Amino acid sequence: MFAAQNNGGSRSEARLLSAILVVAICLTLAPVLRLFVEGVTYQGNPSLSLMREVLAQPSTLSALKHSLVTAGFGTLVSLVLGSAFAFLVALTDLRAKAALVFCLMIPMMIPPQITALSWVQIMGPSSALLKTLGIAPPLGAPQPLYSPEGIIFLLGIQHMSIIFLTLRAGLRSVPQDVVEAARISGAKGLRIWWQVVLPLTLPSLGAGTAITFVTALGNFGIPAMLGIPAGYATLPTLVYQKLAGMGTTVLAEVSVLAMLIGAVAVAGILLQRLLQTRQKLHLVASTSRPLALPLGKARLTVEILLWALISAILVLPMFGLLATSLIPAYGVPLGLDTISLASWQEVLFRQPATSRAFTNSFGLAVGVSLFLLVICLPLAWLMERRKTRLTRLFDSLLDLPYALPGVVLSIAMILLLIRLPFTDATLYGTIWIIFLAYIARFFAVMFRPVQASLKQFDPAMDEAAQSVGASLYQRLRDVIFPLSAPAAAAGAILVFLTAFNELTVSALLWSSGTETLGVVIFNLDDSGETGMASALAMTIVLVVIVFMALIQLLSSRFPKGVVPWQT
Amino acid sequence: MADIDLSCVGKTFAGTPALQDITTRFDDGEFVALLGPSGCGKTTLLRILAGFEVPSHGRLRIGTREMANAQTGANLPPEARNIGFVFQSYALWPHMPVRRNVSYPLEIRKLSKAEIAKQTNAALASTGLVDYADRMPSDLSGGQRQRVALARCLVSDPCAVLLDEPLANLDVALRATMQGVFTDFHKRTGATMVYVTHDQAEAMAMADRIAVMDQGRIQQFDTPQNLYERPKNRFVAEFVGHGAVVPVQELKSGGNAQQARILGAEVTVQSANQEAQVSHVCLRPENLTITETGDLRSKVTRITYVGGKYLLEAVTDCGARLFAETRARIEVGTQLGLTITTPWAFLED
Ligand SMILES: Nc1ncnc2c1ncn2[C@@H]1O[C@H](COP(=O)(O)OP(=O)(O)OP(=O)(O)O)[C@@H](O)[C@H]1O
Ligand SMILES: [Mg+2]
Repeated sequence: MFAAQNNGGSRSEARLLSAILVVAICLTLAPVLRLFVEGVTYQGNPSLSLMREVLAQPSTLSALKHSLVTAGFGTLVSLVLGSAFAFLVALTDLRAKAALVFCLMIPMMIPPQITALSWVQIMGPSSALLKTLGIAPPLGAPQPLYSPEGIIFLLGIQHMSIIFLTLRAGLRSVPQDVVEAARISGAKGLRIWWQVVLPLTLPSLGAGTAITFVTALGNFGIPAMLGIPAGYATLPTLVYQKLAGMGTTVLAEVSVLAMLIGAVAVAGILLQRLLQTRQKLHLVASTSRPLALPLGKARLTVEILLWALISAILVLPMFGLLATSLIPAYGVPLGLDTISLASWQEVLFRQPATSRAFTNSFGLAVGVSLFLLVICLPLAWLMERRKTRLTRLFDSLLDLPYALPGVVLSIAMILLLIRLPFTDATLYGTIWIIFLAYIARFFAVMFRPVQASLKQFDPAMDEAAQSVGASLYQRLRDVIFPLSAPAAAAGAILVFLTAFNELTVSALLWSSGTETLGVVIFNLDDSGETGMASALAMTIVLVVIVFMALIQLLSSRFPKGVVPWQT
Repeated sequence: MADIDLSCVGKTFAGTPALQDITTRFDDGEFVALLGPSGCGKTTLLRILAGFEVPSHGRLRIGTREMANAQTGANLPPEARNIGFVFQSYALWPHMPVRRNVSYPLEIRKLSKAEIAKQTNAALASTGLVDYADRMPSDLSGGQRQRVALARCLVSDPCAVLLDEPLANLDVALRATMQGVFTDFHKRTGATMVYVTHDQAEAMAMADRIAVMDQGRIQQFDTPQNLYERPKNRFVAEFVGHGAVVPVQELKSGGNAQQARILGAEVTVQSANQEAQVSHVCLRPENLTITETGDLRSKVTRITYVGGKYLLEAVTDCGARLFAETRARIEVGTQLGLTITTPWAFLED
């Protein structure tokens, strides 16, 4: 039985797999395990009484219900928006695709708090934009976003890029000939989509949906900004409120809540896996052309609709943010006479923390995405080739650090690293604790897209290289890496952008000198400096745009397909 | 340069045997064809030779090295075997242009730039791909892709070359040319070649010996001529050429020839040796002559033109289905007489 699993494997593969697997398990699962231990012990002894007590509280049950409702429906919104965009952009002959893709990445670049902030500002009675246009609701009117529907809507927008990116990569690997074969067999119209294209893209769609659900479940910024004023608590905000109210004395209680979130996330992932098990897709003729559908006369209409939608859900809130950053004080309408750059000047040039935070966040984001790239590519490949019980277990658990709300992962990291085993050294208060927390947190973000792309990879490609004598390292470098490069690049960019704007993990791990951009924005917003927070957020968006433009300019030097938004 | 030695090799996939008890030897420099119906285990056997699959039973030795041993669990990885492989599904690397696809094995062997260019050009030229060298695999036709895969295999100097239906997608003319390329390559390098094919004519034309497989077993491993003229059992007799197998009703050994009664007619038969027990004979078109007065009465049920002559399918009065050849066209339904001359007899258990 065991020998049957090692098909054509070499010992070097087995060795490399175990080495990387050990590192990956230490990095991702050790904090979770530490947290688990905290939850099932009471004053050093194993005990489940605490767990029973916490799970019986009505606040826990209602928060669980709220989490499931918002994350579930939010994922649905992401799925509808993201897959519609992905189908249109990946398969049709729309013009200006690069610009479209670029715009669709924007929701990922904006931290959830800022998304919530910007939407609140274009909809509420004190919206600078609505006031300027003279269509603001009267003072005292309810803010429509302070509701479950508001949370669902913004979660959906926030995470549609994940669906978009993963599904688009999957769609582009659907060869034209499978659709042609379906046509020849008499399949028409929707039937082709339903019976051929959809099943072929299900692995990437499934992976994208799972990661979106899990992300929405762990999202803290949006339910915090919209739910707390409405008295609508989800599990992450409940954890935050408990910690903020009573400090580390509730650490044990909070870790039980964290485990509850983890259990829901695992259930979601297992469901996805169940749906996917009976499908093992190897596109045999994967050298053939990708699918392309001309839109014909409908092209202009579709383009207009698409851009209108993008402006409504992306550009409008950016204007809200811009308007807020340009007014001298909150509640003042924006006009030619009131426009002011004071917020920008103050936050960019007077606050020393800002430039420190830029350096920290940039270094962390680059370091984490490179490190994860190096680990995840070979790991995903080897795990696909050599399935053992341990790799399956790891596969089902590796989403945990991402599913846990950021605050809880921070607590887990503190518990784990405050005193390093066998020494007196501590990583607490250094940048390394944030680095390690990011590695754990973003592991799944990098791993899942790479894994999905490798699942669709014809093993004969690797075997052909093996038969001409290429060693494991050479095959990884020359065949597997280039072929999964689009997915890996998409993963690395997701990691970079989320790490660059990350708040919830670093919020509890930072200390003076190691603050991140997210922390600075949060602190500004928290102390009522909404204008400065908006100005800094706008700056970040601009920096990211410049960063992406640079990649675009250098794209001709990269191997084909590395730049994710290039079609 | 290496011979390939298999002993008791078997492979089970989730409890279902795909290969059973393969014990055989492919000689150094030999051109071996694996022939058999779909699903009989040809690809599986080839993949075990290459090292992509680990045998569940038995041992495999290539040259002086033991490649796999199910008992000890030893298995040399494919990249260490120096074996060429041409895949049924091409397996071209879609991100590399044709030239790089072909030159990659040489890069792996760390040859100098000039040497790589020289050998790559030679391989491209010998497969007629010079004009396509800078294209991507997705911009090639199916046949061109298979030629790239061939060039990639030819370019390195493997001690054994394994080919899985390499010519299945090529047109007849190109197939003949490519057969020439293979034969030349085989002569030039003296490499041991194992060639999987569905096409009997191809196997007969190219191979020194053919292994006929069915249901995971090698039924007969012999020269093309012996397979055709001296089949070992019913499967080989029926699968190779147009053989009809009919039972021997009575056997009389006398003098230096064996006499048998077949379909009611007294006929001299040939067999492996004079004393051997035989139970069936294989009737090929060569063994049947059409005469008005032949003692085997039969009715034509189908007639096919095969170029220069017709292949007749006829059913005898006692229900046996036979194949015969004629130069003249005979209408379906015509009654004929057939005469049997010295068929091959064998023992079927
Ligand atoms: N990975 C696998 N898992 C389970 N069964 C397999 C696997 N690979 C092959 N088989 C089975 O083993 C048997 C032999 O397959 P193989 O591919 O060797 O046939 P083949 O002779 O090459 O056929 P063809 O001429 O159609 O290519 C088949 O019944 C097939 O279903
Ligand atoms: Mg086969």
